[in-house]
Amino acid sequence: MMEETNTARGRYWQANLKCVGVLLSIWFFVSYGCGILLRDWLDVNFPKIGTAPFGFWMAQQGAIICFVLLLISYAFWMKKLDAQFEVDEEEGR
Amino acid sequence: MSQDHWNFLFIGISFALYIGIAVKSRAGSTKEYYVAGGGVSPFANGMATAADWMSAATFISMAGVLAVDGYDGSRYLMGWTGGFVLLTVLMVPFLRKFGKSTVPDFIGDRFYSKAARLVAVVCAIFICLTYIMGQMRGVGVVFSQLFNIGIPLGVLIGASIVFFYAGLGGMKGITYTQVAQYCVMAFSYTIPAIFIAIAMTNNVIPQLGFIGEYTNSEPAVPFLVKLNQINADLGFSHYTSGSLSTIDMFCITAALMCGTAGLPHVIVRFFTVKNVKAVRTSACWTLSFIAVIYLTAPTIGAFARVNLIESLDGKNKEELPSWFAQFEETKQMTWEDKNGDGVVQYRGPEKIKAGEENELTFGKDIMVMANPHMAGLPQWVIALLMAGCIAAALSTAAGLLLVLSTSISHDLMKKVIKPELSDKEEIRWARGASLGALLVAAYFGINPPSTFVAKTVAFAFGLAASSFFPTLVMGIFSRRMNKEGAIAGMVAGITFTLGYIIYFQFMGGTKDQYLFGISPEGIGFLGMFVNFIVAATVATLTPQPPKEIRELIDRVRTPGTNS
Repeated sequence: MMEETNTARGRYWQANLKCVGVLLSIWFFVSYGCGILLRDWLDVNFPKIGTAPFGFWMAQQGAIICFVLLLISYAFWMKKLDAQFEVDEEEGR
Repeated sequence: MSQDHWNFLFIGISFALYIGIAVKSRAGSTKEYYVAGGGVSPFANGMATAADWMSAATFISMAGVLAVDGYDGSRYLMGWTGGFVLLTVLMVPFLRKFGKSTVPDFIGDRFYSKAARLVAVVCAIFICLTYIMGQMRGVGVVFSQLFNIGIPLGVLIGASIVFFYAGLGGMKGITYTQVAQYCVMAFSYTIPAIFIAIAMTNNVIPQLGFIGEYTNSEPAVPFLVKLNQINADLGFSHYTSGSLSTIDMFCITAALMCGTAGLPHVIVRFFTVKNVKAVRTSACWTLSFIAVIYLTAPTIGAFARVNLIESLDGKNKEELPSWFAQFEETKQMTWEDKNGDGVVQYRGPEKIKAGEENELTFGKDIMVMANPHMAGLPQWVIALLMAGCIAAALSTAAGLLLVLSTSISHDLMKKVIKPELSDKEEIRWARGASLGALLVAAYFGINPPSTFVAKTVAFAFGLAASSFFPTLVMGIFSRRMNKEGAIAGMVAGITFTLGYIIYFQFMGGTKDQYLFGISPEGIGFLGMFVNFIVAATVATLTPQPPKEIRELIDRVRTPGTNS
């Protein structure tokens, strides 16, 4: 997949891809990583959250909290990119 | 006041509210009908989307599934929330920038093909119809319990209310009713949980009680330890450890997540806000509102399990609480005294293997409804819960109905069959189509094709994950993807998934034949890869998309500027 990187629009897209990549890595880590793949290990080796084993808590509560935080970071990150590349929207569309 | 009076009062007030809002915000143009004029605030849209998303099944069944499955139930918790991360970063901002009002619209234009649009319309109709049948059934069941009428009449009452405000009001009508419905749902879900948390763990916040101490015993023990102990004593596996294989757990969660990101009725909700920035903010609100309920569900499930077992197991006939008779009457809980000792024995697989018998059976669905009874909460809490349950079913049914009617009026009539349709005629078609769709849904709500509906609703996610999700993502993230690739991918993905499901659900496939040990519930995840691979292969062998399509993609990727 060749993307143009020399134009402003191309750079904006590259920056957007980086943002998506970073956020989805965290997304994968907190849900599939902590909640499923590493759960047994985390249950034993990580400090408990209150009285709940770490991996179990991540799967039932922690992951969801992280998802909300991820979306908030996405909104702020993209807002910054929009301003930086001057692709901000006018009123309406 | 009796329970019936409370129920009538709460449901009556909530209905008056919904209908009042619907009448006030009746849609006049197609733009208002399809996307509420495109000017809904991110906050209101967030609430509306949350209500749209949480169906009667989520509202009633999820806590029950968690109570019975323990850790394994996390697949629904993560799957149905994590999907919103995918949806937000990979799709909706770009689809909003594209600026049309339906999902098949994007697929048809992006892949410059009527065939692709038709495939998309068929997928959308299939997904929405299977979904809405379950909702109508849910409304019917609740109404019939409430007013002591038959289920068919209950379904018909529900259907006419939905038609009244979704069919007439369009997106504008349902957006604001859904805002009201979310409020009803959130209150009715969390208030009982708070009461129970105080009773069991001495903690006002259920989520803290969940990871806190169980204070009803001397000395206090950690709540989850208590729960594990109860499970182990009765021969179930530990609440905090699952029984599903890791790969199956992984695939089901992934199929649910990608399916969520491919559901048309959720995607279109984001077309109602003003611009791309508003989409991103709105997605934050949506997931926050959903999280309120999803973070409460595991606590309700866990509390309900302790409550249920403590109040029933090992009790003789005289000691059984009064609510038990009530649920026994409706066959939602049954006790069969197999060993004739007059005492209830609830036993899990381990004990059954050791020769003991389980005498207590109950549906997973009743946990949420039975919880306030079990905890001895006041009558108005139960009435509130009833109103919340109806709100959940109505809001989802309305959202689905809208997608169904626009698929027919806009994507099929206007774009394929009769392009000269005027704005007014298009709305008339949409209203007619929603009436037709509702009649079909009501029919299947009254006569459910046995277990078929329940199963297909769960599998609709797999189908969405293997059809819409990869196609939309490639449409945005690959400039090379052409119509041949997209159509081949969609068809291959959905055929693979559907074939696998049909083989194992309806043609007697057995567990040891599972591909890599993945159950049909999780196969949509593999189907998604089939879609990606087939599409990429076909696209490299066929010509690249025309120049104006590549320009369209560039435009979709950048907010603001239209150049």
